[in-house]
Amino acid sequence: MKYLIIILSTILVNNVIFSQFLGICPFLGTSKKTSTALGMGAAVIFVLTLATLVTWLVNQYILIPLGLDKFMQTIAFILIIAALVQMVEIILKKISPSLYTALGVFLPLITTNCAVLGVSLTVVTKEFNYGGVAHMLSLGESIVYAVGIAIGFALALIIFAGVREHIDLMEPPKGMKGTPIALITAGILALAFMGFTGIV
Amino acid sequence: MSNNLKTFTKGLIKENPILVLLLGCCPTLATTTSAINGMSMGLATTFVLVLSNIFISLLKGFIPDKVRIPCFIVVIASFVTLVQLLMQAYVPDIYETLGLFIPLIVVNCIVLGRAEAFASKNPVWPSLLDGLGMGLGFTLALTLLGCIREFLGSGSIFGLTILPETANILVFILPPGAFICLGFVIAIVNQFKKESH
Repeated sequence: MKYLIIILSTILVNNVIFSQFLGICPFLGTSKKTSTALGMGAAVIFVLTLATLVTWLVNQYILIPLGLDKFMQTIAFILIIAALVQMVEIILKKISPSLYTALGVFLPLITTNCAVLGVSLTVVTKEFNYGGVAHMLSLGESIVYAVGIAIGFALALIIFAGVREHIDLMEPPKGMKGTPIALITAGILALAFMGFTGIV
Repeated sequence: MSNNLKTFTKGLIKENPILVLLLGCCPTLATTTSAINGMSMGLATTFVLVLSNIFISLLKGFIPDKVRIPCFIVVIASFVTLVQLLMQAYVPDIYETLGLFIPLIVVNCIVLGRAEAFASKNPVWPSLLDGLGMGLGFTLALTLLGCIREFLGSGSIFGLTILPETANILVFILPPGAFICLGFVIAIVNQFKKESH
């Protein structure tokens, strides 16, 4: 039940794009076609989960015992994420070339996706209130949280890409062409997502 | 001197990081719920941008070309941690409201972008001016957006009440308002850009 609440809340209520504003750059950049959006969504689910797992463990078993967690978190986490993305790229290339060709282009982009750093910092610094008691997230809850956020990102990206493919066929006013009309569309989608407020 | 001046002013209007280049959208949308929040976020980013530009320009002879991006990230992350600790100590209220977006300056594309495109190729003084210009351009855009959203959403500017409460359009300080507002501001900029050609 607890995990279900986390999943629902991260995908719909606190959607990473429409309510937390993390990862807007890849959201605008890779949403021109549904196929690209699918690739990027899959890559983010993969990397975000892995990065949260590794950074949570490093924080719990290296930074906290050494008393470094207050001022080394940002530096340590961004380096871990950058190294992790590189490693995933090399391993994928070796083990599964087909998956690599599908996700390959998107992997380097993920290092600068602030959703990854944002989520790994959130799960180790914020207290959550599930079931009436405020507490820090355990490893299991952190992973579920990360998976939920990543699925929310993929969902938002794919819906948005679908809408944008249709906008391309329209003729908006001169100044509205390109990014402005995309941003306003995202605003209307965010309004729709606000409808989920309060379900958990 | 005129060259230096050009380096400084290009970030303000012609190559404004948000309104023209569209870099660093996440903090732009998330922290502009009021003018003061937007301005604080802009100034924090400017601080990091100027210091990292200076240091990267000083260190450019020592950093091997192949590992330059990780090196830049370490320099930037150090200054971000510095800002984080300073803000926690002196302006805890603002730090609390901006929250996660202070550590996220590390992954702001503007900072790494200027380090890679400008500071790693130029001497210290122009790098400083470039960082300052870009940072102030960013602050300007954030403050502008913050003013518009605060005025429409809570009827005030910088906390100064202008409109009565009944005239507030709440949606503008909620997430959807951020997207719609930025969309319209960029559309207006685009319109002027096309007319001037």
